[in-house]
Amino acid sequence: MATSRSEHDAVVVGAGPAGLAAVDQLVRAGATVALLDAGHGPGGQFWRHPVPGAPVREVAGLHHDRSTYSRLVDTLHTDGVRYLPQHHVWTITAGEHFTVHAVDRSGDHEVPVEVHGRRLVLATGAYDRQVPFPGWDLPGVMTAGGVQALLKAHGVPAGRRVVVAGTGPFLLPVAAGLVAAGAEVVSVLEASPRARWLREAPAVLRNAGKLGEAAGYLGRLAARRVPVRTGWTVARADGGDALTSVTVARLDRSGRRVAGSERVVQADTLAVGWGFTPQVELAVGVGCRTRVDADGSVVCEVDDNQQTSVPGVYVAGEACGVGGAALAVVEGEVAGAAAAGRAPLPRRTSRRRATLRGFAAAVQRAHPVPDAWMDGLEDDTLLCRCEEVPVGKVRSAVRDGAVQDARTAKLLTRPGMGWCQGRVCGYATACLTARWSGTPAGSGTPAGPSSYDPTGFARRPVATPVTLDTLASYQSRYANRDL
Amino acid sequence: MSDVVVVGGGIVGAACAYYAARAGLEVTVVDRGPVGAGTTSRGEGNILVSDKAPGPELALALWSRELWLEVGADLGDEPLELERKGGLVVATSEPAMGPLAAFARGQQGAGVDAVPVPAEELHAHEPHLAPDLAGGVLYPQDMQVQPVAAAAALLAAARAQGAQVRTGVEARGLARDGRGAVTGLATDRGTLPTRAVVNAAGTWGGALSERLGCAVPVLPRRGFILVTEPLPRVVRHKVYSADYVDNVASSDAGLETSTVVEATLGGTVLIGASRERVGYDDTFSREVVRRLAAQATRIFPFLARVRVMRTYHGFRPYCPDHLPVVGEDPRVPGVFHACGHEGAGIGLAPATGRLLADLLSGAEPGVDPAPYSPGRFLEVARG
Amino acid sequence: MADPTFLFDGRPTPYVEGQSVGAALTAAGIRSWRTTRLGGRPRGLFCGIGICFDCLVTVDDRPNERACLVPVRESMRVTTQEGTGHGDLEV
Repeated sequence: MATSRSEHDAVVVGAGPAGLAAVDQLVRAGATVALLDAGHGPGGQFWRHPVPGAPVREVAGLHHDRSTYSRLVDTLHTDGVRYLPQHHVWTITAGEHFTVHAVDRSGDHEVPVEVHGRRLVLATGAYDRQVPFPGWDLPGVMTAGGVQALLKAHGVPAGRRVVVAGTGPFLLPVAAGLVAAGAEVVSVLEASPRARWLREAPAVLRNAGKLGEAAGYLGRLAARRVPVRTGWTVARADGGDALTSVTVARLDRSGRRVAGSERVVQADTLAVGWGFTPQVELAVGVGCRTRVDADGSVVCEVDDNQQTSVPGVYVAGEACGVGGAALAVVEGEVAGAAAAGRAPLPRRTSRRRATLRGFAAAVQRAHPVPDAWMDGLEDDTLLCRCEEVPVGKVRSAVRDGAVQDARTAKLLTRPGMGWCQGRVCGYATACLTARWSGTPAGSGTPAGPSSYDPTGFARRPVATPVTLDTLASYQSRYANRDL
Repeated sequence: MSDVVVVGGGIVGAACAYYAARAGLEVTVVDRGPVGAGTTSRGEGNILVSDKAPGPELALALWSRELWLEVGADLGDEPLELERKGGLVVATSEPAMGPLAAFARGQQGAGVDAVPVPAEELHAHEPHLAPDLAGGVLYPQDMQVQPVAAAAALLAAARAQGAQVRTGVEARGLARDGRGAVTGLATDRGTLPTRAVVNAAGTWGGALSERLGCAVPVLPRRGFILVTEPLPRVVRHKVYSADYVDNVASSDAGLETSTVVEATLGGTVLIGASRERVGYDDTFSREVVRRLAAQATRIFPFLARVRVMRTYHGFRPYCPDHLPVVGEDPRVPGVFHACGHEGAGIGLAPATGRLLADLLSGAEPGVDPAPYSPGRFLEVARG
Repeated sequence: MADPTFLFDGRPTPYVEGQSVGAALTAAGIRSWRTTRLGGRPRGLFCGIGICFDCLVTVDDRPNERACLVPVRESMRVTTQEGTGHGDLEV
């Protein structure tokens, strides 16, 4: 059993901007910290680390945060920090202290590892939100985040002729990066109409830096004559064993497809992004309360000190609300300071957090996922990619009355029962079961029907698939070593 | 006006509705949640005779197994994922063989098909078993279904016979007339007129029975299941270790684990089984999962490098004497209980439903109802 | 000095130090390396960051490794996998 010497003051999960900022504050307060992260290097999804042999050597996504990044990464080398990359956390248990159960995947076979801490900071980030459309399972269709990771970390453009589609400011850097790497970006299709941004003008103007960023990307795309169209979306993807063409369509002001507007575009790659889904399963597993955010995502509830409903557990970054790297850094600072026992936070920090949250909320309001995706589904469109569950199977089960909610849909027709455990199809399954089980047409937005319930997909006691050997193990590293 | 309102849309409530509707009764099923949302969705779907010693539970299980085959013939095996896979009980060590063989002989006397399997023949049945097991017993009569699918199919068939199913309705108590006879079930959505109420609330049958004024002792017994990644056919039967039977019969409140491994039509392998009385504690237990994994790899070494995609747990409804409570409550005529099936709810559901329908309609019961009667708890109290 | 290579279905395939199997295969114009269990449909990279499990591939006889996460090593033998990837276990 672990002795008090093997226990860290805090364990931080996630080495993206929020986690790194938390570690920094903890170290400044003299705390001992263990930082676990699944990646090979620090930075998470936002600050993407290139692999050693990649052509472009700089860390992507830094914008104006270069010095912040360097400072935070330097902190990882101080005494009192145990930095554990390539460690995937599969569950966290609470007792006299928190035990973080992970596997070290740096070798051929995973090795179980347990790390103990008196406080927990969960900075587990988010991943691309996706919705199904006919042909989305063809090789060549990828998430916008995946295309970006492939390019920025590995130096590989996802394809030669790319359509970028979806909604949100993230589409622009994805397209600009591809263009800079020599790929042909056929078009960028933003589903929201231009007018939506005008409504959000006050929040946007308070974050002038963001405007400048967007203008930079637009300028680069314009220079290469890449059309950026608003009010357009992807309707279907076609090909034999891989993507060969994308059908695009115009959307009207209410987000519905305009009949007859479809155009077929030749492309070998489609990068799609519809915002982000926070990763909350570790927090849920340890008992943290969640709520459904305005964008339909399940997020952790936190107070002004980034503390959750469980004493000693803090959450920062996307996991308590999608909001970008700068907000993640501020929240990480607050969480780290609070976990170290230092509170209250300075007024300017809480003001900055409020401003950044305001911008994040404006972005969400300006970029909802339009309803059109639900209208474009065919019976044989896959809803669940892992278990190959077609839309028609779930639709019939709801129409027959056997299924009225997302959890029963999962139990009876199997979306969410495969390898990814509903990470990809959870949002779509929740939206569709809510719509089919009796909400009136046109009110299919996540915030609308009371029967929309994404929480059934947020609970995953095993957060990454581990072997029975790992589960069966009695011995684990780090339980009894001094720092 | 219903003839009967069944509280509980899980496997047992569904079976009650199926048989009551077929007997010509007007049935309404209510559940505060969706169909199968309770313990029905937390089990493996076992229909076993192998794990029961001769006695009233085994008698019910043998009858129920026949009824499952009839249900399969009526509704189709596929919608239920009904598999006649058989069970194989293995002894991990020589000392366990004697008691296992004696147990099997006793079961044969009660009508169970039990075929002893010497060590050298084990691998003909299950090629992936560990090489050093002492032997086993094959039970060809054991079967498996997908529990939520089966509950849904039974309810659909009941609806086709005129039954109503209303989810999102919570039972609150009884409406009675001046003479105390049941006239309805009070719910959060109003009172449903009926002359009979069935408590098929599974693990919550105790709590419901108190609301109905006739408490029966149904307690929760927590169990975990591990679900592997999808695999081709690697395990042909339900395979479990000889200590499983002891654990089922035990009244120990502490953690008891035994090995249970079986495949599903979806390709995953399910690994159980644990039993603990921890109330309704919902938290993940590292220790339970550790033991289940270690025990499973002991009898199937190939599982060591196989990945677990998810785990889940549920609360078995458990009566102190290990028998379900089925029948009319003598304290409140008109209230019938059909719960407390512990880990055998799926297997025993059709027999429970059929027995209940017999009692409701005044038909000759297909099995002697005395051992399952709610009255037995009152006698104990009086004695 | 020639680019380092690993074997994909027996074919020497170039890679750059630290690249994931999925990245190296994509750079080589290969977009799918497994077929699904039920429909036999081809899959390759989808989410690219290890959460979708579409990019599963067999590495040195270990099935179901995520190609987007596993870094290439020179001696590596990567093979297309079918269905569960555990066909050798079937009885």
